[in-house]
Amino acid sequence: MNICVFVKRVPDTESKIRINQESNTIIEEGLNFVLSPYDEYAVEEALKLREAKGGQVTVVSVGPEEAMVVLKKCLAMGADEAVLVKDDQGETYDSLRISKIIAQAVKKKFADFDLLLFGKQSVGADNAQVPAMVAEFMGLPQVNVVTKLEIEGNTGTAWREIEGALEKFKFSLPAVLSAQKGLNEPRYETLKGIMAAKKKEIPVWTLNELDLGEEELNPQLEIVKMESPPPREAGKIIEGEPAEAAQKLVELLRNEAKVI
Amino acid sequence: MILVYIEVREGKVKKSSLEALSEGARRAKDFKTEVNAVLVGDKMDNLASEVFPYGAEKIYLLENALFGHYSAESYAQALMTLIEEIKPDVVFFSASAMGKDLSPRVAAKLGVGLASDCTSTAARDGKLEITRPVFAGKILVALTFKSKPQIATLRPNVLPLAEPAAAKGEVIKKEVVIAEDQIKGKAVEVIRGEGAELDVTEAEIVVSGGRGMKGPENYDLLRELTAILPQSAVGASRSAVDAGWIDHQHQVGQTGKTVSPNLYIAFGISGAIQHLAGMSSSKCIVAVNKDPEAPIFKVADYGLVGDLFQVIPHLKEELKKILKD
Ligand SMILES: Cc1cc2nc3c(=O)[nH]c(=O)nc-3n(C[C@H](O)[C@H](O)[C@H](O)COP(=O)(O)OP(=O)(O)OC[C@H]3O[C@@H](n4cnc5c(N)ncnc54)[C@H](O)[C@@H]3O)c2cc1C
Ligand SMILES: Nc1ncnc2c1ncn2[C@@H]1O[C@H](COP(=O)(O)O)[C@@H](O)[C@H]1O
Repeated sequence: MNICVFVKRVPDTESKIRINQESNTIIEEGLNFVLSPYDEYAVEEALKLREAKGGQVTVVSVGPEEAMVVLKKCLAMGADEAVLVKDDQGETYDSLRISKIIAQAVKKKFADFDLLLFGKQSVGADNAQVPAMVAEFMGLPQVNVVTKLEIEGNTGTAWREIEGALEKFKFSLPAVLSAQKGLNEPRYETLKGIMAAKKKEIPVWTLNELDLGEEELNPQLEIVKMESPPPREAGKIIEGEPAEAAQKLVELLRNEAKVI
Repeated sequence: MILVYIEVREGKVKKSSLEALSEGARRAKDFKTEVNAVLVGDKMDNLASEVFPYGAEKIYLLENALFGHYSAESYAQALMTLIEEIKPDVVFFSASAMGKDLSPRVAAKLGVGLASDCTSTAARDGKLEITRPVFAGKILVALTFKSKPQIATLRPNVLPLAEPAAAKGEVIKKEVVIAEDQIKGKAVEVIRGEGAELDVTEAEIVVSGGRGMKGPENYDLLRELTAILPQSAVGASRSAVDAGWIDHQHQVGQTGKTVSPNLYIAFGISGAIQHLAGMSSSKCIVAVNKDPEAPIFKVADYGLVGDLFQVIPHLKEELKKILKD
């Protein structure tokens, strides 16, 4: 079973994000970057499938040279190969461009795959678009936000989270799947894995090499403005003993906030 | 023209898509154009009457027996055919589970950009401008489109539902031709937990508990509150979910769900940035925490400093008093 996992380098969720107002970008200086949390579930699932069924796990990231760090992490977790598709375009909040690059990379370089695995969304931009777009470009079935997966020969069953329920999907392979928290518990890197990852060569592909011209990769959205949201106004602290405070609170919710 | 995708689940129209239609109607007014709705399904005969009151002038029903099983492949195919025919300038989806799954596939088919999970939309110089929170709500980004149609998904519960009007327009049925073997993946079953619980993303009131709840058994206290409060659901912080006290479905936050209820009550939740990411667009926030320094109080409209185990019983009594009549 050959699996490609797509991973993105994102600012750690605790990061304080500063904006460069001139370029409408975030200031990277001082940020700590990590593997996007949902992508970690995707990598783990690929490794588990390989352990059960054999085959190869290749991780691919589209991004700047700095994205090597997250590829190294995936190798240290146990991925067989890693590839960087070098792309210096900043965040566009539209995944069409990245999806075109990924679909083209798969077509050109990974003809022989059974599954393409993704995170359900890249933390930060939170677009939740790449997996479905890639599926469309590749003509593949998709199941997004997967919390449970079973593969049997050439078909699979996946359970995806929807409002208040799970939606059970049947699909044929090859397929696109995106991981939700709950799918598995990502493993930690081992020391041995970290050492091996250090030595491993990570090939770098250029967009040119993928025969992708700049024009077709133009972002389709334009960033007009980025700003910090207005802070919420300081609220009221309700004083008193529990009985009295509870009564006051209910009174305020009914008559002032009018929400109950 | 603005086209809004109306989601049908188990024979019912989703409220969040009526919110999207309401927003579509508001923008249509700005653009001096009309707003139309599209439904995809197998049996939809009685549904149009539920949609017209929210402003749709025409309703397209795209029908095929295969649509009884949701599949992004077939639904996107149907939507693309309609979009190419009627050429809307703007297409709205709700950022629901289905909307998020389907809209990128439609955008990719058309080769156009997509803006996800928008919390406001506006007409500017004849173009659509949307705003959406990114980086866990720490930043708001305003976006316009270089491609047409301009497609956006709208965050549920944020944009107001229009006052329903006694309106009726034209229903246009379209048979869609789809070969069964074109569909390589499809939904075969929807599995609900015990009791048809309301999802946190759809609830008007979310009663959430964090590590301060101390253990799984105490979530019954929150369930007792949701039994009294109409349209309410139980939420949780990640710490509570990771401790195994409550299922991940209930988790609110960056790696959980994003909720925007009218009222969010946080019991024993400290208010970490990743939690705030999931609930700070709630209209009214109440925090009950014994630590007066807890960061949750910085975003709360009403803060109650105290022991949640002492507060909840009184709260239950008070709520019962007023909600009975
Ligand atoms: C990548 C990443 C993603 C994350 N995603 C999420 C996410 O989606 N959602 C999320 O919630 N967190 C998320 N977190 C975790 C987050 O950082 C916090 O650890 C978590 O939100 C803390 O949960 P808590 O508030 O329940 O627990 P704590 O921070 O331990 O707070 C418990 C609170 O309860 C109060 N308390 C205790 N006893 C009582 C009592 N008897 N009465 C009243 N108050 C009491 C305490 O004063 C304290 O403020 C994420 C973290 C990371 C790194
Ligand atoms: N630059 C990228 N390189 C590789 N994979 C990506 C990239 N951007 C997004 N992805 C994948 O697509 C998923 C969804 O991303 P997004 O549509 O940006 O929310 C992520 O979790 C990754 O698995």
